[in-house]
Amino acid sequence: MRRSRQVTTIVCCVALSALLAGCVAGKKTKSDPTKNAKAKDVSLTINANDVVGGKNAAEANWINSFVIPGFQKMEKAKGINATVKFNGAGVDDEQYKTKLELNLKTGNGADVFAADGIWLGELASAGYVKPLDQVVGPSAATWDGWSQINKSVQQNLTYKDKLYGIPNGTDGRVIYFNKTLFGQAGLPAAWQPKSWADILSAGQALKRISGVNPIQINAGTPMGEATTAQGFLPLLAGTGKPLFDEATGKWQGASSGVKDVLNFYKQIYGAGLGDPKLQQDKAGRDESFANFSKGKIGILIEGDYFWRSIICPDKKTCNATAMANRNSVVGYAKIPAEKPGMGVKGQDFVSVSGGGGWMLNPGTKFPQQAWELMTYMVSAEAQNELAKAEIRISPRDDVNATTLANDPLLSYISKTILPITTYRPSDQNYNPVSVAIQQATADVVSGKSASTAANTYQSSLQKAVGDAHVETG
Amino acid sequence: MTLTSKPAEAEPTAAALPGAADVVQRARHDPDVAGLGRGRATVFVAPALVIVAVFLVFPAIWTLYLGLLDYSLTGATAQDPSFVGSQNYTDALSDPVFTKALYLTLLYVGFSAVIGQNILGFLLAWYFRTAPRAVRSTLNVLVLLAWILPGSVVAFLWQALLDRQNGSLNALLHTTGTAWTIDHPMAVIVIFNIWRGAAFSMLLYAAALNTVPTSHLEVARMAGARPWQQLRDIVLPTVRRHVLTNTLLITLWTFNDFTPYLLTGGGPDHRSETLPVYIYKTAILGGHLGYGSAISLLLLLANLVIAVFYIRLLRGGDDESALRKAERKARRAEAAVAS
Amino acid sequence: MTAGMRASSGGYVVRRVLGRIVLYAGICVLTVFFALPLLWLALTPFSKHPSYQATLSGLTLENFRKLFDNPQTWPSLRNSIYLAGGSAVLVIVLAALASYALSRVRVPGRDQLLYALLLLSSIVTGTAAMVPIFLMLYQLNLLDRQSGVILVLTGGLLPAAVFMLKDFVDSIPRSYEESARVFGAKPGQILRHIVLPLIRPGMATVGVWALVQVWGNFLVPYVLLSNPDKQPAAVVMYTFYDAGGQPNFALISTFALVYSVPVVVLYLFVNKRYGFAFQGGIKG
Repeated sequence: MRRSRQVTTIVCCVALSALLAGCVAGKKTKSDPTKNAKAKDVSLTINANDVVGGKNAAEANWINSFVIPGFQKMEKAKGINATVKFNGAGVDDEQYKTKLELNLKTGNGADVFAADGIWLGELASAGYVKPLDQVVGPSAATWDGWSQINKSVQQNLTYKDKLYGIPNGTDGRVIYFNKTLFGQAGLPAAWQPKSWADILSAGQALKRISGVNPIQINAGTPMGEATTAQGFLPLLAGTGKPLFDEATGKWQGASSGVKDVLNFYKQIYGAGLGDPKLQQDKAGRDESFANFSKGKIGILIEGDYFWRSIICPDKKTCNATAMANRNSVVGYAKIPAEKPGMGVKGQDFVSVSGGGGWMLNPGTKFPQQAWELMTYMVSAEAQNELAKAEIRISPRDDVNATTLANDPLLSYISKTILPITTYRPSDQNYNPVSVAIQQATADVVSGKSASTAANTYQSSLQKAVGDAHVETG
Repeated sequence: MTLTSKPAEAEPTAAALPGAADVVQRARHDPDVAGLGRGRATVFVAPALVIVAVFLVFPAIWTLYLGLLDYSLTGATAQDPSFVGSQNYTDALSDPVFTKALYLTLLYVGFSAVIGQNILGFLLAWYFRTAPRAVRSTLNVLVLLAWILPGSVVAFLWQALLDRQNGSLNALLHTTGTAWTIDHPMAVIVIFNIWRGAAFSMLLYAAALNTVPTSHLEVARMAGARPWQQLRDIVLPTVRRHVLTNTLLITLWTFNDFTPYLLTGGGPDHRSETLPVYIYKTAILGGHLGYGSAISLLLLLANLVIAVFYIRLLRGGDDESALRKAERKARRAEAAVAS
Repeated sequence: MTAGMRASSGGYVVRRVLGRIVLYAGICVLTVFFALPLLWLALTPFSKHPSYQATLSGLTLENFRKLFDNPQTWPSLRNSIYLAGGSAVLVIVLAALASYALSRVRVPGRDQLLYALLLLSSIVTGTAAMVPIFLMLYQLNLLDRQSGVILVLTGGLLPAAVFMLKDFVDSIPRSYEESARVFGAKPGQILRHIVLPLIRPGMATVGVWALVQVWGNFLVPYVLLSNPDKQPAAVVMYTFYDAGGQPNFALISTFALVYSVPVVVLYLFVNKRYGFAFQGGIKG
């Protein structure tokens, strides 16, 4: 027994070291755009964080009942036997991302997958995704759809001047407000704040109504990326300088702009103009949605997703948070800069947009067919079909021109907000920086001073990206 | 670490068989009473050992190896990680969030498992021996349900219980609006874990209490010993080893328990961030796999230190003599009754 | 009898009554403590307006109809049964064989080995090991296969299962086997006719324990299986959210109930048949 165990141990150790050495290093795949280009039997897989009857159900249904049969029919006409499978999920974005990365790491996984634009830097620098011209070849640049997709929207899937996929839409952040509560507080129904001070004074007026939480601007760690994208960044854009300077490759440290933003948070959550506990609650964002829909929140900054999928009048889509009288009760306004003219590029008003798209797995067996599937998904025909189930801002201008007219907010965003908006950096360090930002707002909400929070932020920033990449002071 | 097996105590039934003394004598030297033999024993252990070696030992060692690299799931360090040696460990030990997480884990394990589940489980098992049938079966089912329901269901149940606006707890206490998970995050996860895990201790102690000789208890009771005296002098010395097994297991499980994340998300402001939650946040959400792996080893070491401490504690009082002391006490009580 | 003794017996009665009152109050508090969180599970599935509130707002079975209309419900439960059943059976069989051999044949350092494995199992069940496990299954070509999930989960559960089951075997008097051997029984017969019936309750208990662990596991099957048709109920439950990410209480509460039933039934069965109990106590 003892000897056999020794033998087992030795065998295990040898096998172990061989395996460990082989497995840790990244897999390097060489892409060949012409691989299987003439194949008659093609099988492709689509992966997205969508599920029928759950998260992003409209898109899941569209893939199952329009994209797959439509594409297969199109290929059939060319004499190609295509089988497309949809592997949907319906989980937290973080879990979706982790699994996606693991699959890409092994060269496994779906041929076409959905990814958020802010993941691109991480994925590309890890070698998990490759520029379209490498995977697809020259045909990627000649797709006629590009002329319909705005350059700034294309930016969402661009990393180091290379395109990595086709965008599947964009969005914009605005200030939502409850007109009924505004009426009770003696505020105008056609409200447009011109500075942060205007927001605070409206908050003071709303505070007098009992049972109402005047302002909700996302803060804290439980809200995750929603804190950065819906709270901190739109405010920071209103102080003049972007978070990340592409030219110098430097992130803003404890600058006066960052301190101003944190101080604004302090003025809201330290003075009873917002509910600090909601920001610390694990389900705080959901709770903020529920409270707004019940008329318990006066002012809230969110993207158009809030309008479409949370407070829509249709009970079937929006369930418990549906607002039957949304169009008459809920107002929206542009997010003001700290003071007029202080925003990025000297703007009076600012916003932040995001968006993701469809990316190609560099390990795909059928690069040409997968690319064809992607272009089919972002064709005018397919995007018009998607808009039938759910109207949102399509990446295509020709589609937006007809579909958005039916929705007042979405046409407002595409006409008024998109021209003044900013995009989040696609740098590989965006994620840790965003986490540091969330922590800074959490510190302020839980009572720390704005300057203490700013200093902690700067030191975590330095730890995450290195001293050389932080603009101090 | 001396868990080495000593020969088992002679079983009372052995005395009834022919040549009992001989059997007992042989059992002391050769526990292989079924005549299994080394060869067959190896065959018996092999399949389990192979699965454990491939699917447990190998990935565990791999994880520990990652702890020496600046490895991450994404970004440039995913492509070619470099060897950083003990860097991850020194980083962790100098990170106040880590030391706080370690401290919170010890609090969590100490209060919810070592004290909470242990004592509540024991009291339930003790009470169930004499409890009326209806009370026993009702409470027994409730305690077991808390334990066998799937984790995802349980997380939902507690969210519903503690919800600020509609939660049952706030309705019961007339405290609508109280955010328990924010105001008292540690207390919430400690109480949650007692609720969740008391059943295991209860089951184990129920089995343990069956091994306590009833005659000793009876004698003690006749001598006028109060229940807690019986407990201290007769029961506890007998079930000491069960206490050790139970405490070892529940300590280990609670150390690695990830459920607090489902209740509080580690918040607010890291106030309920135990080590498994910290590992999840750094390794998965933050992508620093090397660092997270290093913390896994530190978690394991903390566990080992505590296990060694338990075993020392057990060896401190020699089991045999404790039993004999209990017997002597019982005999003395018997004499007192007789006189 | 002396006056002193009577006084003390009076005191005894008072103390006894007080003791009873404290005991019953304690039992009541404990019952409420254990029952309160379960209230939601008992009421919400039948409620017309399910929310976080544990009340019945009108009795209805509508939520069940919605649940059974969902195409994921039945397949996911079937997958759960396959994963949990497979792991439990594998754990029971392997752990029973190993723990019997370890209990009866003296192997130097076996307890240290067992404890070391128990410690390592804590790493593997943690989140940091997910990446090595994923990459390893990829190399073994076991990704997106339910058998891969079963093997990984079994590996994680085996040390604790052997640890618990070995205590069980240790507590069986060796004299049973010894006397059978005296009467000329072969090792195989001893195992089949004497040992197996004796440790069956222990195997059943450890089996239920293993099944419960797998039944509720989300991360391992979610990460290792990519085909949604293979995902178990624990994963599917996380998909019952609205398009906007709000929990769909009608589906979640009903599914939680349906999803819990098999485990409870199995427990009741095992309890009735074998008596559900753990054996503990490291023999020194």
